[in-house]
Amino acid sequence: MLFFSYFKELVGKEVIVELKNDLAISGILHSVDQYLNIKLENTRVVDDTKYPHMLSVKNCFIRGSVVRYVQLPPDGVDVDILHDATRREARGG
Amino acid sequence: MATDTGLESLIDQTISVITNDGRNIVGVLKGFDQATNLILDESHERVYSTKAGVEQVVLGLHIIRGDNIGVVGELDEELDSNLDLSALRAHPLKAVQH
Repeated sequence: MLFFSYFKELVGKEVIVELKNDLAISGILHSVDQYLNIKLENTRVVDDTKYPHMLSVKNCFIRGSVVRYVQLPPDGVDVDILHDATRREARGG
Repeated sequence: MATDTGLESLIDQTISVITNDGRNIVGVLKGFDQATNLILDESHERVYSTKAGVEQVVLGLHIIRGDNIGVVGELDEELDSNLDLSALRAHPLKAVQH
């Protein structure tokens, strides 16, 4: 549940989601669910000359199972809070 | 902020699906479930190639199993009508490698 809660904190921030087919999509994080499916708004494919397949898509839903990385804004992590939450989770909530 | 996580907002809209085997299927979303299984009506596949423009293959009514779905995009009709698919050349997308 930690990562679900963590991603919910990032809603509204700009992220880049890299998929397991090497496609990288940037956009504003709109929502996330329990499967870590991600919805992005105002999306743009990072290399859209190589990947023109989503040129007419501005909002998208990305299935959690195909996400390889999520690049976060530099101020996206409050390390102290994350440390505490991680310890709490390791103790079993 | 309303953070609807499902695909409710896309029902009866034209969507563009990228599957795990690298296909791009465009159609009208008629239904979905928890596992992202999708029902698409009036669908067609857009086949990308470097030799010719995008070929559109009519598929009709299709169910796509959730396991095989990567991205579900809301197709902006205006942006899409401004695209010249016959002039668009690109490699097909790679398959997802888990």
